[in-house]
Amino acid sequence: MLASLWAIFRKDLLRELRTKETIVAVLVFALLVVVIFSFATGTGVTTDVAPGVLWVALAFGGVIGLNRAFVAEKENACLEGLRLCPVDHAVIYAGKLAGSLTFLLVLAVVITPIFLALFNLPVFLPRLALIIVLAVLGFAAVGTLFAALAVNTRARDIMLPILFLPVVSPVVIAAVKATAPVLAGASWGELATWLEILAAFDVIFIVVGALVFEFVIEE
Amino acid sequence: MSGTSKLRDTLLLALALAAMLAALAMVFVYVPTEKTSGIVQRIFYFHVPVAWVASLAFLVTFIGSILYLSKRTARWNALAAASAEVGVLFTTLILLTGPIWARPAWGIWWTWDARLTTSLVLWLIYVAYLLVRRFAGEAERGARLAAVVGIAGFIDVPLVFVTVNLWRTQHPTPLIFEGGLTTAMLITLLVCLAAFTLLYILLVRQATRLKTLESELRLLQRLREE
Repeated sequence: MLASLWAIFRKDLLRELRTKETIVAVLVFALLVVVIFSFATGTGVTTDVAPGVLWVALAFGGVIGLNRAFVAEKENACLEGLRLCPVDHAVIYAGKLAGSLTFLLVLAVVITPIFLALFNLPVFLPRLALIIVLAVLGFAAVGTLFAALAVNTRARDIMLPILFLPVVSPVVIAAVKATAPVLAGASWGELATWLEILAAFDVIFIVVGALVFEFVIEE
Repeated sequence: MSGTSKLRDTLLLALALAAMLAALAMVFVYVPTEKTSGIVQRIFYFHVPVAWVASLAFLVTFIGSILYLSKRTARWNALAAASAEVGVLFTTLILLTGPIWARPAWGIWWTWDARLTTSLVLWLIYVAYLLVRRFAGEAERGARLAAVVGIAGFIDVPLVFVTVNLWRTQHPTPLIFEGGLTTAMLITLLVCLAAFTLLYILLVRQATRLKTLESELRLLQRLREE
């Protein structure tokens, strides 16, 4: 089971490493969101607005990257191949989830320091790393399920954001609320509630995703 | 349609109509005006039942979605779809009746409070549900994909509520079960709840039948083409 999970994950990783198409495009897009936001909010971005800017960039960049993960599968009928794999569909979900999670983590690892530097905030924030891992895992859990779903509809490009963004609203709120005290240099205690919400969201949606994924990819 | 089913529909229609007329009479004539907030408080008797029906509708969609995915009978799909449509309609009514009350009571149309925000997110999720069905192409695929959204969306609701509640809250805490309402007000509310629930059952029955007939029609058309 772990071997098949690894095989699916490795396939996604290799494809992306060989072309680097999606990650480069999404990084540029996420950076653009940060830049446009700083124009829209004026140059005096305070710590009130900054966490929102970061999470809008990660959520919007993420949703585009997540979409690509399944568009590529659909284009060359790779989804049929995946479906024929003699493994449980939950394993396929987990493999794709691992791929999307890695993608989103790379996005966050590149964008966050640039964002922090652009807004003259402290660049080294280990606590922010934990928030990012938990929030991005939530994005990946919901995004993998809905990307597989959206790719089977006619309006695949618009369908994923429409489905994804309202459902991950708890993640966005919790991530923004947890990021603000971190940027202000607060203690762990102030973050605890938000981290718990993020963790609960992750667990719930990984379980739901693994359970219903088979209905999304069946034909 | 069989004779008994038709009779049941007529009875249901008569009952819903009577309950709705009674509810109107009670809201506008019987119930006393609330002392502090005045006449505008009367919208409460519509707002609360509408919110109740919306929650009920999405619960029915959730159950219908699970049953459709496990049993694959067209009936459960039709029920889930019909209930989601009625649910979106009633959530729209929540989002309309709320601000009408909020403007005179709070001085603002909208605030990012837990209940308001949750209703708005709920509305967005189920509009997406209806869109998935529309954009899926084939009816069977639409039913299957929409069922997944019906399940994931419903599970998301408590998470949204808890998060937004911690974020900020302003909505009046429900006093219904804490003796905040006089007997006359409580009776009026109960009659309104009954009236709107009957309206919901009536609408869902009609919409479910319509959807079943539509899928039968599609089947017949396909058979004729072959």
